[in-house]
Amino acid sequence: MKIAVAIKQVPDRDSQVRIGPSGRWIDEADLQYAMNEPDAYALEEALLLKEKHGGEVIVVCAGPERVGITIREALAKGADRAIHVVCDDLEGRDALGVARLLAEAIRPENPDLVLTGLQSEDLGLGQTGVIMAELLGLPHSTLILQVEKTDTGLKVKRELEEGWFQSIELPTPALLTIQSGGNKLRYATLLGIKRAKTKEVRTVAAADLGAETSPTVLLERVALPQKQKSTQFLSGSPKEAAAALVEKLRFEVRVL
Amino acid sequence: MSGVLVVLEERGGRIGRPGWEAAAAAPQLAGPEFIAAAVVGAKTEALAAEAASGPFAKVLRVEHPLLAPYTADGFKLALEQLIRAESPDFVVFPHTYQVRDYAPALAARFGQALVSDVVGIEPGPVFVRQLMQGRLAGSYRPQSHPCFVSVQAGSFRAEHPEAQAGASAAIAVFTPVLAPEQIRTRPSEPFRGSAKGVDLSAAQRIVSVGRGIRDAANLPIAQELASAMGAELAASRPICDLGWLPMERQVGSSGQTVAPKLYLAAGISGAIQHLVGIKGSQCIVAINKDPEAPIFEVADYGIVGDLFELLPAITEAVKSAV
Repeated sequence: MKIAVAIKQVPDRDSQVRIGPSGRWIDEADLQYAMNEPDAYALEEALLLKEKHGGEVIVVCAGPERVGITIREALAKGADRAIHVVCDDLEGRDALGVARLLAEAIRPENPDLVLTGLQSEDLGLGQTGVIMAELLGLPHSTLILQVEKTDTGLKVKRELEEGWFQSIELPTPALLTIQSGGNKLRYATLLGIKRAKTKEVRTVAAADLGAETSPTVLLERVALPQKQKSTQFLSGSPKEAAAALVEKLRFEVRVL
Repeated sequence: MSGVLVVLEERGGRIGRPGWEAAAAAPQLAGPEFIAAAVVGAKTEALAAEAASGPFAKVLRVEHPLLAPYTADGFKLALEQLIRAESPDFVVFPHTYQVRDYAPALAARFGQALVSDVVGIEPGPVFVRQLMQGRLAGSYRPQSHPCFVSVQAGSFRAEHPEAQAGASAAIAVFTPVLAPEQIRTRPSEPFRGSAKGVDLSAAQRIVSVGRGIRDAANLPIAQELASAMGAELAASRPICDLGWLPMERQVGSSGQTVAPKLYLAAGISGAIQHLVGIKGSQCIVAINKDPEAPIFEVADYGIVGDLFELLPAITEAVKSAV
């Protein structure tokens, strides 16, 4: 099976995000970055399918030079090669614009399966995979926890709301967006890290993909969210704060 | 029509709450005479009758045998035809798992990007949605029409349908052209995961842990507090993904929705998927080392500090008080 996995590099969840000087995006100076976690689950699923059925795993990632680190991480975990769509203005593109870049980078590969995470941890739009399926003309399913190869295509386990699930059968080629938690994520081994250095990373300039369009929605401002409640902060030593909290819970809100 | 088309969603044979909430967002985009609703399925008569009691000028029954069960292909193609016929300026959806499955592809067929998971609408219109796991809010301005928007659960107060008694919108049938070979996926009947061992929705008190607990070996300090308070132990999604607690103890949009008297969140940053599951809580206490964690935006009481010191201290305080 030839599998393409679209991955994204996002600010590390423990790094402090600050609003940038333009007020339209975050300040990228001093940010730490990591692989978007749902995409790490998509990569894991791809590697498991390859181990079981053979084939090739190609990772595709759009972004500036810094995403090279995330691409190397994916190669170290076991992906065979990578396509880096070089693009310095990812944040200025809407979900359709980003999906167009990835779809055009993937199209000439003709993969049997395209995987990506269900959403990104930075923008959380949750759309890239579904739009790519539309652009590539592939059947798709979302929020997938398990993937099984059948004689005619795939059988997948889809998560529904409130603890319900569903199996779905679909022909290949197909696109799936992967929900987190379906598998255990692997770590890169030392050998994997060493091998990754010699694996092919092909770079493609975004402008050369013929997918340039102006955005249909503009992110025009980022701000701190409005507080929904006025939080009463309890200070002091852990013991003092704990005593104050229990006092409030017992006598003010009477929930203990 | 210009105006707004609200796509309602069926839940157990009725219009689900998320659909009513999407309807509640529509008046910020157009006057009531310009708001229509769509119900989609193989049999939509009862749904349409229920929808007609809502705040709509008309209700469109998008009906075809191939629209049950739900498939992304079927819904996408049927709604594309409806939207081309009706030409609304805005199409508003609830941000459900089903909508996430087809609406981005539907919008792409119009050369548009869905503005997903909207929590507020400002004049313009400008759509506000969360970024960076709730640490920031982003304002999005559409550049052209039709504009596709999905609204987050709980962000708009749903009009209670009964309160609209007497209101009765016109109902029309729209029959899309669909062929069996256009439906490429074959879904099974939904099934429940493992038998539900714990019903968190009925719990009066919940102690919930997130990534801040760092290791499964640290869970006993949270369990001890839960036991002292007479509370259930729960967790955010990552803890269950890692297998540290069973999935049935997960709170949030992909787990259980809870409404306890007391919800104590320890080491949970407060991504929107978690927050939507705890909105019904009477009192929320947040403990986190990061004073900017979004969980504090919904908390009644907050303690900024180390949960490894605070949880045992609270356990002691509860034991000596109660």
